[in-house]
Amino acid sequence: MTTMVTAPERTGTHKSPLTPRKPRNRKSVVLTLVTGIALIYSLIPLVWLLINSTKTQDGLASSFGLWFDDGHFALWDNIRETLTYNDGIFVRWLGNTLFYVIVGAGGATFLAVLAGYGLAKFDFPGKKGVFAIVIGAVAVPGTALAVPTFLMFSKMGLTNTPWAVIIPSLITPFGLYLMWTFTEQAIPTEIIEAARVDGAGEFRIFFRLAVPLLAPGIVTVLLFSMVATWNNYFLPLIMLKDPDWYPLTVGLNAWNAQAQTAGGDVVFNLVITGSMLTILPLLAAFLLLQRYWQSGLAAGSVKE
Amino acid sequence: MTTFTRRRLLGLAALATATTLTLAACGGGDDDSSSGTSGTTVSDADVTAALQKGGNLTVWAWEPTLKQVVANFQKTYPNVKINLVNAGTGNDQYTALQNAFAAGSGIPDVAQIEYYALPQFALGKSITDLNQMGASSLKADFSPGPWASVQSGSGTFGLPMDSGPMAMFYNKDVFDKYKITVPTTWTEFLDAARKLHAADPKAYIANDTGDAGFVTSLIWQAGGKPYQVDGTNVTINLNDAGSQEFVKVWQALISEKLLAPISSWSDQWYQGLGNGSIATLNTGAWMPANFTSGAPAGSGKWRVAALPQWTAGGTASAENGGSSLAIPEKSSNKALAYGFLKYANDGDGVQTRVDNGAFPATVKQLDSAAFLNTEFKYFGGQKANEIFAASSKNVTPGWSYLPFQVYANSIFNDSVGKAYVSSTPLADGLKAWQDQSAAYGKEQGFTVK
Repeated sequence: MTTMVTAPERTGTHKSPLTPRKPRNRKSVVLTLVTGIALIYSLIPLVWLLINSTKTQDGLASSFGLWFDDGHFALWDNIRETLTYNDGIFVRWLGNTLFYVIVGAGGATFLAVLAGYGLAKFDFPGKKGVFAIVIGAVAVPGTALAVPTFLMFSKMGLTNTPWAVIIPSLITPFGLYLMWTFTEQAIPTEIIEAARVDGAGEFRIFFRLAVPLLAPGIVTVLLFSMVATWNNYFLPLIMLKDPDWYPLTVGLNAWNAQAQTAGGDVVFNLVITGSMLTILPLLAAFLLLQRYWQSGLAAGSVKE
Repeated sequence: MTTFTRRRLLGLAALATATTLTLAACGGGDDDSSSGTSGTTVSDADVTAALQKGGNLTVWAWEPTLKQVVANFQKTYPNVKINLVNAGTGNDQYTALQNAFAAGSGIPDVAQIEYYALPQFALGKSITDLNQMGASSLKADFSPGPWASVQSGSGTFGLPMDSGPMAMFYNKDVFDKYKITVPTTWTEFLDAARKLHAADPKAYIANDTGDAGFVTSLIWQAGGKPYQVDGTNVTINLNDAGSQEFVKVWQALISEKLLAPISSWSDQWYQGLGNGSIATLNTGAWMPANFTSGAPAGSGKWRVAALPQWTAGGTASAENGGSSLAIPEKSSNKALAYGFLKYANDGDGVQTRVDNGAFPATVKQLDSAAFLNTEFKYFGGQKANEIFAASSKNVTPGWSYLPFQVYANSIFNDSVGKAYVSSTPLADGLKAWQDQSAAYGKEQGFTVK
């Protein structure tokens, strides 16, 4: 590390030509502008969602989309109605989604870490074949497999049960591949060998030594599988017919479809408020977990 | 030790996202595996016995008023437990139904099927001919349009649940403001469209981005019979006299840009109905409930009139939408399922549904004074049911849909839809639709002329 030059920067005259240019001096107007536009572009839908969740069904149609409806602030009413509409089915859907995420994404992450570690640190015949299959599986979108999976599950009598959503969620070829590559680079084989010499069993090595070292990778896989499971739509749509087992995505779509039904109750305000409530837990998960993600990666970059 | 950089991690993440973006089409192929009709007839006594004995029924339906019907039904027949499932609206449910038929499991005991889709399921032998249970004796209970819609060949494949005799809903405030007379013929409708749009460039006589159900309904009203079905012999002619009448008026509306480019059922549509930028809506009698909940801002401004006519002084009408309840061939308890059908669509359930805003298909309700005298607050106290009931009696007879109408309607936008957004003439669009529908029919083993 270079030692800091203590001279105040604004004078400019004290700046030694030998001091390496500090990164914070590199400012680009164009880059700032582009990033700014990207930021606005990504935030507008969120802002729209927040603004419109304060409107009544009537207000949604009669007021400007990106500003509040004069005099009507219906956010609390909307939230109350969302939570109680149809005998509080929204709360049930929220519980279902949480359940699918905890069991599905949690299980997927655990399996990916276990398998990725195994593939990275153990040699066995057929490893190349496994590699080819995993890479191939990454390229196949889950949506393409949904209908064949449905037919298979239907033969097994699993459709219309939570298992029909959880079991496919447990498989994450991308997570497995990520953990595999990450393990190869984050855990030196020497450490494992040293632990073996010290008499540690394989599971002890995995849980006490490997898992802490793999934390940033695990958090990444967890985040991605959480988002995938939380937003999972097509699979539960074709697997589940009983509204009691719907996740939020399918449930909200069912509410939205009421507007397209003869005699249906049009509840766009509840669909919007429900969507707003649906993204809150994801936002919270990202904000909480990103800390580990960043610190872990930074820790990996410093070499003693 | 190489560092696993964040950039690399994000690169991989992008890859994962990209793969999930590739959506695969869900193949809802026709189910040709016929299980063969059981042949056993179910008598009224069997149905009554089944209702007393009880059991479980799974009902797939999206009709919102059925919830109350199911609750009342279970009170009357405490041994029956009904699991009412909303498996999607329209096409979504048909896909789910076909998936279940293909899989041979998870098939409901009762399914809601729209009239236009019923022939497809009837011909695929995946739903039961209710004449085995004596449904033919119920003919007099239903108005002729819906009853004809549930017939296929010599069988009755569903009991009509609701109907959609057409009428013209119009925003009286808009018509008064620009001193435009409410049209009674489609020629006057075209004139009104011109006047209105000239007076206020933001206002349109109607919205239309191409809707198969609407086009077929108007051809139906004009006396066109583009689809003739005799078993597996099908004739398609979307250039008959009725179709030509429709094309004449609608081509003018499209060419002169007199139709709002807003799709029905979208949020903008509800907005337009509420704020007066869409001045009329020609659709089925089931619409009032949607007006009330979807476009509350229009309350008191809208009125109902008879559907504009193709010939001055006429009274012709057509059906738009409407659905039936059918019993899948593989239902485990057909007698009980039929008991529910009769209760919901012909018995006490009908009044419950009417009270909750549904439009009936039964003569008893359509002719009742209480029904006809209902005043609609949304329509400024107008007794709108009088107009709907008259319309239901004037539906042009002899119409039939294709036995593969679900597919045909799904390709409507690729063919006829072009006429609404480009310079393709409407007649050419209809010709393309006819050819593509015919080609599909042949693939499915129909003799198409």
